Amino acid sequence: MAVNIESTDAGTDPLPRGRWKYLDKFITRPGAFTDPDAFEPGQAAIEGLERQKVLVIGAGGLGCEILKNLALSGFKDIHVIDMDTIDVSNLNRQFLFRASDVGSYKAEVAAKFVEKRVKGVKITPYCGKIQDKDEEYYMQFSMIVCGLDSIEARRWINATLVGMVDGENPDSMKPLVDGGTEGFKGQARVIFPTMTSCIECQLDMHAPRAAVPLCTLATIPRQPQHCIEWAHIIAWEEHRKDITLDTDDPEHITWLYQKALARAKEFNIEGVTYSMTQGVVKNIIPAIASTNAIVAASCCNEAFKIATNTNPFLGYPEQDNYMMYTGDESVYTYTFEHQKKDDCPVCGSGNIARPLQVNPNITLQDFIDGLAERPEAQLKYPAIRTGEKSLWMQLASLQEQLRPNLDKRMVDLVEEGEELTITDKSFPTQFKYKVVFSK
Amino acid sequence: MADLPPPVQGPTAKEKKYDRQLRLWGATGQIALENSHILLINSGPGVVGVETLKNLVLPGIGNFTIQDSSIVSEADLGVNFFLEEEHLGGYRAEHTCNLLKELNPDVDGHVITEPLESWLPQEGALKPYTLIIATAPVQPELLAKLADHASAALIPLFYAHSVGFYSHFSIHLPPAYPIVDTHPSPETTQDLRLLRPWPELLQYAEAKTANIDSMSAEDHGHIPYVALLLHYLEEWKKDHNGKIPETYKEKTEFRSVVTQAARTNNPEGGEENFDEAVAAVLKSLNPPQPSSDVKEIFKATECVLVGEKSPSFWVIANAIGMFHQKHGVLPVPGAVPDMKARSVDYIELQNTYKSKARRDLAEVVENVRFLERNNKRQHPADEKDIEAFCKNAAHIKLVRGRPFHIVQLDASSKKVVTWGDRAKSIAQTLTLPDSLIPLYIAFLAWDEFTATHAKDGLGGAPQVPGEQDPESDAEKLTGIAFKMADDLIKEANAAIDEDEYATIKGQIRQFAQELVRAGGAELHNIGALTGGMVSQEVIKVITEQYVPVDNTCIFDGIKSKSMVIKV
Ligand SMILES: [Zn+2]
Repeated sequence: MAVNIESTDAGTDPLPRGRWKYLDKFITRPGAFTDPDAFEPGQAAIEGLERQKVLVIGAGGLGCEILKNLALSGFKDIHVIDMDTIDVSNLNRQFLFRASDVGSYKAEVAAKFVEKRVKGVKITPYCGKIQDKDEEYYMQFSMIVCGLDSIEARRWINATLVGMVDGENPDSMKPLVDGGTEGFKGQARVIFPTMTSCIECQLDMHAPRAAVPLCTLATIPRQPQHCIEWAHIIAWEEHRKDITLDTDDPEHITWLYQKALARAKEFNIEGVTYSMTQGVVKNIIPAIASTNAIVAASCCNEAFKIATNTNPFLGYPEQDNYMMYTGDESVYTYTFEHQKKDDCPVCGSGNIARPLQVNPNITLQDFIDGLAERPEAQLKYPAIRTGEKSLWMQLASLQEQLRPNLDKRMVDLVEEGEELTITDKSFPTQFKYKVVFSK
Repeated sequence: MADLPPPVQGPTAKEKKYDRQLRLWGATGQIALENSHILLINSGPGVVGVETLKNLVLPGIGNFTIQDSSIVSEADLGVNFFLEEEHLGGYRAEHTCNLLKELNPDVDGHVITEPLESWLPQEGALKPYTLIIATAPVQPELLAKLADHASAALIPLFYAHSVGFYSHFSIHLPPAYPIVDTHPSPETTQDLRLLRPWPELLQYAEAKTANIDSMSAEDHGHIPYVALLLHYLEEWKKDHNGKIPETYKEKTEFRSVVTQAARTNNPEGGEENFDEAVAAVLKSLNPPQPSSDVKEIFKATECVLVGEKSPSFWVIANAIGMFHQKHGVLPVPGAVPDMKARSVDYIELQNTYKSKARRDLAEVVENVRFLERNNKRQHPADEKDIEAFCKNAAHIKLVRGRPFHIVQLDASSKKVVTWGDRAKSIAQTLTLPDSLIPLYIAFLAWDEFTATHAKDGLGGAPQVPGEQDPESDAEKLTGIAFKMADDLIKEANAAIDEDEYATIKGQIRQFAQELVRAGGAELHNIGALTGGMVSQEVIKVITEQYVPVDNTCIFDGIKSKSMVIKV
């Protein structure tokens, strides 16, 4: 079967466009894998691409790459949100920033830089939180590309986009392309809200690191990290309660470091360093330019294909939607379809409660502490109620009354099979769980 | 006064800037980067090359040089981020170099604007460079010259394609490229020697488990799991004629012995240290055998025939081989995972492992010095290197670098591509679902097409497929690729099912069509993605850390899949 390859390069139409000579090869020529029903090569495809309004969330390591890539993929109207300012430790990979930009807003500097470098692209920055914006704001975009380091922010935008889908209005479904990296590893995924598996469905793929039990920190430290966490959580509270810990303040880090070092000495533990103190306290994740480049480019490659249909993209229903990347031992990618989950609290089919293993003997306090770490929940500020009563609330005025619950055992508060509804101020959704007592 | 912690040495400006990467490759990796001088031979639209450099300038290589004789055109501005309108008509090398240098004041950049064909043959042209990256298209005879230099000077050479939605890169490393610091994942590195305990470790376990049944709950719940496992192993041996649990069945049986020994009559309904012991049974009760990779290093000619001029890696490898021959195990690495235990007991356990590791190291050092005397070596190996080798002995890697394919076009060569000892394995991989070998073949065909077609038809600038006449170029490229596939199957002497071969040919045709569609164009995204991968491999090769691609990686940006093969 021969595919007819036509060239529209010659002739008198507005093509070729000098600057976009390379890009137009794909926009004006069909390929062996293009879908003739979805892709009409030529002027119409160019206009389709230029009409797209794309939102980029994050202007850090991934965000800088994403802005550059989208601008050089022919997108003309790009918005970017980031609340952070530039730190000196960003300069080893966030290539739109210079030493003289330290302290300025990332979104602003990044937008200005790319606008200047790539003529004809408009980039609108917003220096603030994604939570500042409402559905109406998100509705104006045709697509969202996300390069964040916060799981919470990802879950928030995911739940918001899923909530916006209106069956009557196809424009209300905004594809979400999401990238993430850690050291030599990363992933790129495409979500069509309500159609494909969503961030919440995939939550257990990104389990948080287990916290060290408080009693270990308080009485039996064994690792240098335990001494640092002790200084961070216990010693600071004891000695400097009135000063808010600022992990960017060198004096504060130095204080913690010295406390940790003294404690390590007391227990004959080796290895506490300033750099480790910083790493533990700020929960620093190693980051390099190359992994960011790979993951961001993969995201933008999908975004470009979605916007133009110049080739099939990830996220087609029942097709692959997730690419996992590992680069520390050779290069390995695994691309697969992550299945949508019926009991997903965000995109699930209804109000199916997810089974949740609960140790009947632990206290409510322990249960709440555990929720933050459990891969399938990761809720830090939960309000918990059963069918008939509230077990715990986040409102301070109500907590007084519920405080006695914290010391009660779970078995005395809930029954096997009972439904728990948990809400968390970080997410515009509620999580339903069915209690399964572990043996 | 002695109790006061020492004054704090805050991080230096450089440590602050590079903090996020120093946590991966450390100060030694950073120094290696800073001592490098990378040459980029940039061709085609030049995106993959420049994006590669971007990711190397940011983390702080010492020097880079761009060889590129092309002039900035309008088309460059739509695909290359490191050019601006005012550069139109100037040398592309010069302007990209300047904009790249802005990224990091610690890095120095240089340019060569002379055409490759006249610059490369000059005496000593490649001498300053510690690593070379060439991006397609490069004339095969010039690429062969680069490969000859790489082989003679033991300099790593990278060759990359980025054409439309597809890309490829190959790495030509020296024939013996050892990596000591492979950064294995912590889960795979635990080597606790529970089946080969030494007397001090046994004494430790005995002391911690004495009167285990009458211990207080507090004590019982804090016995380190290593001591628990050693204790129950001794008990097991008493009931099994001195034998340890060997089969899977025996190990699961042993596991239930440990499970049942935990006390459950407490509020938690169990004991964390026992949980840890149970979880560790299957992975810890294995005889400490060196991997086949490590055994191969011991058997390598360079290791067996260590001499006066051998790199110190081989002297240390030989010395560890001697240790292994004598004891049947590798030196103890000395690291102990965290576990539920009281601080003092844990530190004591750590010291038991550390002091054994030190004794093993001392023995290896002695072996090294013996070899050095015997071979009249001038410079003794650094003890730090020997220590690093001992610590990671089970995870050392040796990459056998080799030249990658360069299409042979002179009349004397019978085949355009020779697969040699890889023919069989590659022919087998060809038929796997999702195999990207058909794409690799299409890229080789692309090289042959480009080398045999000139823009003016008179041997001028190379003409890439699809630039002018996509339809007929697609037929031609497919024909070249089919011939290469036929040759591969012939060379491999492989029997391949006709239907299966028809499927593969269909894939080759589609890949070729998509390459032709590009007409030599790079998509910025694919250039950036591939530049990310190439720069990552360059960093691994320069720092001699982590494990590089051996030796070819192919990426399909339509399906978002990659494949690594050795060619
Ligand atoms: Zn979901």
